[in-house]
Amino acid sequence: MSLFEDISKVWSKYGDTILSGIANTVIISIIGTLIGLLIGLINGIIRTVPKPKNPVAKVVLTVVNWVINVYVEVFRGTPMMVQAMIIYWGYAYMNAGSTLPLIPAGIVIVSINTGAYITEIVRGGIISIDRGQFEGSASIGMSHFQTMIHIIIPQVMRNILPSVSNEFVVNIKDTSVLNVIGVTELYFYAASAAKNSYKIFASYLIACAIYFCLTFTITRILRLAERLIEGKENYTVFGSQSDFPAEIHVSKEESANG
Amino acid sequence: MAEHVIEIKHLKKSFGENPVLKDIDFSISKGETVSVIGSSGSGKSTMLRCINLLETPTGGEILFHGKNIQTELEVSKYRAKVVMVFQSFNLFNNLNVLQNCVIGQTTVLGRGKEEARKKAMEYLEKVGMTPYINAKPRQLSGGQKQRVAIARALAMDPEVILFDEPTSALDPEMVGEVLSVMKRLSESGMTMIVVTHEMAFARDVSDRVIFMNDGYICEQGAPEEVFGAPKREETKNFLSRFLNQ
Ligand SMILES: Nc1ncnc2c1ncn2[C@@H]1O[C@H](COP(=O)(O)OP(=O)(O)O)[C@@H](O)[C@H]1O
Ligand SMILES: [Mg+2]
Repeated sequence: MSLFEDISKVWSKYGDTILSGIANTVIISIIGTLIGLLIGLINGIIRTVPKPKNPVAKVVLTVVNWVINVYVEVFRGTPMMVQAMIIYWGYAYMNAGSTLPLIPAGIVIVSINTGAYITEIVRGGIISIDRGQFEGSASIGMSHFQTMIHIIIPQVMRNILPSVSNEFVVNIKDTSVLNVIGVTELYFYAASAAKNSYKIFASYLIACAIYFCLTFTITRILRLAERLIEGKENYTVFGSQSDFPAEIHVSKEESANG
Repeated sequence: MAEHVIEIKHLKKSFGENPVLKDIDFSISKGETVSVIGSSGSGKSTMLRCINLLETPTGGEILFHGKNIQTELEVSKYRAKVVMVFQSFNLFNNLNVLQNCVIGQTTVLGRGKEEARKKAMEYLEKVGMTPYINAKPRQLSGGQKQRVAIARALAMDPEVILFDEPTSALDPEMVGEVLSVMKRLSESGMTMIVVTHEMAFARDVSDRVIFMNDGYICEQGAPEEVFGAPKREETKNFLSRFLNQ
C-alpha cells in the first residue's frame, strides 16, 4: 500500500475529527496570547515604575517586582508540558480531586506561560522608548500612569507587535502539549487517528500539513495587520495652497563632478 | 517691583559626588523674559530641569508665588503652570500635531475634548502650524516640530515657559521661524526663562541676561549692561570667545 493511499484512508475516516481540533487549537492560542499580552503589559508597566520616595511604597514595589521576576524565571525556565500537568493536577489535588474544565484549563496554562515571555518583551519595549517621550509629558504635568497609557504603551505596542505575533504562532504549535491533560485540540485528534488506524506516519503527516497551513496563513494575516497599524505615511495639509512642493534641479554634470 | 513668580534660593544640585549647581539665587517677575547664557556644562539645563522638577534639587528651595514647589505644591499642577520646551522637541511620536496639543489639557487640566481642541487650534494658529494638524512628528521639519512643542506648552495656559536651547538642534534656516514665535510670546507678556546661544535674541528680546559659569550665576543685568559693559572677567572671556567664533 502506498503512502498516498494511507493518507487518503486516514483522511476519509478521521479527517473531520482532526479538522474539528483546529477550532480548539486556534481558540486556545488566540485567547491565551491575548491574556498573555495583558499579563505582560501589566507586569511590564509595574516593572518600569520609577522608584517611589515613600518608604512603604518602595518596599511594596520591591516585593511585587520580586514576585514578577520569580514568575518570569520559573515559567520561562520550565517546559509548558510540565506546567500543564502541575497546574491541572495541582488544582485537582487541592480541590479534592475535582478537575478544571479542559478548555479553560488550557487557556489558563497558555496565558500564564505566554505572559512570562511577553513580560520580558514589554519591558524591553518600554526601556527602548526615548527618555524624551517621558520628559515631554512630565514637563507639562502628566503623571507616570497617564504617560504610560497615552504615550508610551501605544508606541510599545507598535514596536512589540512582531514579537507578539511570533508568540501567537508559537502557541498554535505548542498547544499540542496540552494533549497531556487531555485537551481535544488538533494534535490530540491526530494522535487518536494514528492509534486507531495504525497508520502513524500518514496521520502525523496530515497533522503536520494542517499545522503548517494554520501558521502560514496566520503569519500572513498578522503581517498585514502590522502594516495597517503602521498607518499611512502621508497627511493632508489644510488650506496651504501657497505651499508648493520644492523643486530640486541637479544637472548631470554637477552630480558627476560632485 | 512687580510680584515674583519664581524665586530660587540657594539652589544646589549634585549628581553623585559631582556638584553641578553650587548656589543659585535669582527671581523672575511676571511678564519678564530672562535669557540664560554660559558655556556648555555650566549647569544651565540642570537649572531649568530643577525648576521643572525633572531633576530633584539637592539643596536650597524654589518658590512659585511664595510656595515651595517640592513641599507645598502638587507636582503635576505646578508643572502645568511652569512648562518646558526642549532642545530635542520631545513631541509625542504616536500622536499627530493636534493630539500633541490636546493630550496634556485633557489629562492634566481635565478639560473636555472640544474645549481642548479649540484651545489647541488657537495656539497652533499662533505658531502657524494649523495646516499640519494631521501630521505625525516624524513628518515635520525641526522648526515645525519646535513650533508645535511651543503650541503644546501654550495650550496648558502656563504662567511661565522654560526654554532649553530651543533652536540648537535646528538647521540654520529654521532658527528664525522659532525665534520669531518666541519674540512674539515675549512681547505678549509671557514670563519666560530662555537658555540660549542666540546672542542676538538674548540682547534684543530679553529684559535681563544671566551669565552662568561653573554652577554659579556669575553676572546678571540688563542686556546692554551684560553685553555692552560686562563687569566680570569670565563674562568678558565668554563673550569674546563666543562672538569671535
Ligand atoms: N543626569 C546627570 N547625571 C550626571 N551628571 C549630569 C547629569 N546631567 C548633567 N550632568 C552634568 O552636569 C553638568 C552640567 O550639565 P548641563 O546642566 O547640561 O549644562 P549646560 O546645559 O549648561 O550645558 C555637566 O558636567 C554634565 O555632565
Ligand atoms: Mg544644556
